[in-house]
Amino acid sequence: MHIVLVLVLDTSTPAVTAAVADVTSTGQAVTAELRAVDGRAHGELMAPEIDQVLRQTGATVRDLRAIVAGTGPGPFTGLRVGLVTAASMGQTLGIPVYGVCSLDALGGVPGQVTLVATDARRREVYWALYDPTGTRIDGPHVDLPEVAAERAAAATVAVGDGALKYADRIGLKVLDEPRYPMVDAFVRLAADRVRGNAPGEPLTPLYLRRPDAVAAGGHKPVLR
Amino acid sequence: MTDEPLVLGIETSCDETGVGIVRGTTLLADALASSVDLHARFGGVVPEVASRAHLEAMVPTMQRALDEAGVTLADVDAIAVTAGPGLAGALLVGVAAAKGYAIAAEKPVYGVNHLAAHVAVDTLEHGPLPEPAIALLVSGGHSSLLLVDDLAGGVVPLGSTIDDAAGEAFDKVARLLGMPFPGGPPIDRAAREGQATIAFPRGLTAAKDQAAHRFDFSFSGLKTAVARWVEARERAGEPVPVNDVAASFQDAVCDVLTAKAIDACRQNGVETLVIGGGVAANSRLRAMAEERAAKVGITVRVPRPKLCTDNGAMVAALGSHLVAAGVRPSRLDLPADSAMPLTLVSV
Ligand SMILES: [Zn+2]
Repeated sequence: MHIVLVLVLDTSTPAVTAAVADVTSTGQAVTAELRAVDGRAHGELMAPEIDQVLRQTGATVRDLRAIVAGTGPGPFTGLRVGLVTAASMGQTLGIPVYGVCSLDALGGVPGQVTLVATDARRREVYWALYDPTGTRIDGPHVDLPEVAAERAAAATVAVGDGALKYADRIGLKVLDEPRYPMVDAFVRLAADRVRGNAPGEPLTPLYLRRPDAVAAGGHKPVLR
Repeated sequence: MTDEPLVLGIETSCDETGVGIVRGTTLLADALASSVDLHARFGGVVPEVASRAHLEAMVPTMQRALDEAGVTLADVDAIAVTAGPGLAGALLVGVAAAKGYAIAAEKPVYGVNHLAAHVAVDTLEHGPLPEPAIALLVSGGHSSLLLVDDLAGGVVPLGSTIDDAAGEAFDKVARLLGMPFPGGPPIDRAAREGQATIAFPRGLTAAKDQAAHRFDFSFSGLKTAVARWVEARERAGEPVPVNDVAASFQDAVCDVLTAKAIDACRQNGVETLVIGGGVAANSRLRAMAEERAAKVGITVRVPRPKLCTDNGAMVAALGSHLVAAGVRPSRLDLPADSAMPLTLVSV
């Protein structure tokens, strides 16, 4: 059976994730996965994790045939670490890089309308809504938790670290897991592109917020 | 063929995404993407805007550098990257990219000091740097005097600005005079049409400052003095002689910078002065430094303007120097350090 080795990277949440997975014509399997949770150390943690997951699988970087990266939404600085790592590795290895919305990899709970919410800091959440088959039907957006809950009124359950953090303000049953985007979901969501050897994509981060930029006005008078 | 190391350098500490490639001290490629236009309406670099631009520019800028040098990442012996000092979020894009390139190409990575790289870049233009040397680094982000004993091992900070950076003063005065950002080039141009007739203050040059601030700079008072002078004119309903103000301001900055740099050379018995950073592109600074240095037998080395401003070539030049000196590469968990001290040339 033809096996394609895929590297998965996601830094859209405090979980810094690197994994190696096999994609075959009929299935997929995660063979090594590392996840350290530290929202302030994406830059330090990402590269050593990649090095280690490759070692764990006994593969070399040259065995990789595709890279799947979570495009967020997520806090900007951390999110860029995963994306620029994926892009630079893909460029060097000459292999395609595929983006997956990180909220999709937290996924919907089967049979339920699911509000997926991750921590957007500044007392807000990144969120999206999924139908009972797991298809995204709204989002991704960034809002205050109660606004997200109101806009996602059809939801019957919520998941994600943002939903857990603001459970009291969301007013839904919140599951303990999954808390962060899941590696097997990333692989599954990109599997058709991997199998079809689809062309790689420029990775566009889902920032959802404009940069903080205060236009400098005219000079302040110094004479009074 | 040559056995000199082929080193790639990545720079993202501020608003320039740079990728440079050198072999030994020979420059092979210097690709640059600037987000300066995106910041112009804010009158200064907006960190998040710069970081976003770095992410977009990284892969294409790398490709241009590789194409220009006619090499692939597989040919490279080492990858150097600015680890600090600089804007935290901007640095992180370059550091993460460098690690991605290093892991994928199975090459060592060197996290290097941006200021030391500003010194090292001169080797691409003027060959090996005589040590010890004094370096004057002046830009929108830094104004420092350094004693360079051993470029691979450590740099001794002698002094730096206690308030605004020199380039920042240029930007602020330019805005005051209705000139665009960045302010260095328009002030330089205007000054050539004017006379330095206005006596603006020279910060930290009084006798009382010698003990504590002999090699430090201060440009905040100068900026305020220019603002007061211009405002007084405007209030009196008199025209502002923009070219004369520019020339007088520029002379005040260059006077202090060159006087202190030469003082540092003489105090340390050093015969070589290297000037780097964006403000080193200023024509008056170059002329004044050369004139004053010549009088006391000091040689001034200033790389061409494109190498003075932030670029990848300077990072590659320092990386190449470190590889040649047998310095150990950095670990894969090397952090971006926005306040990286000068005593660390690499991490
Ligand atoms: Zn600089």
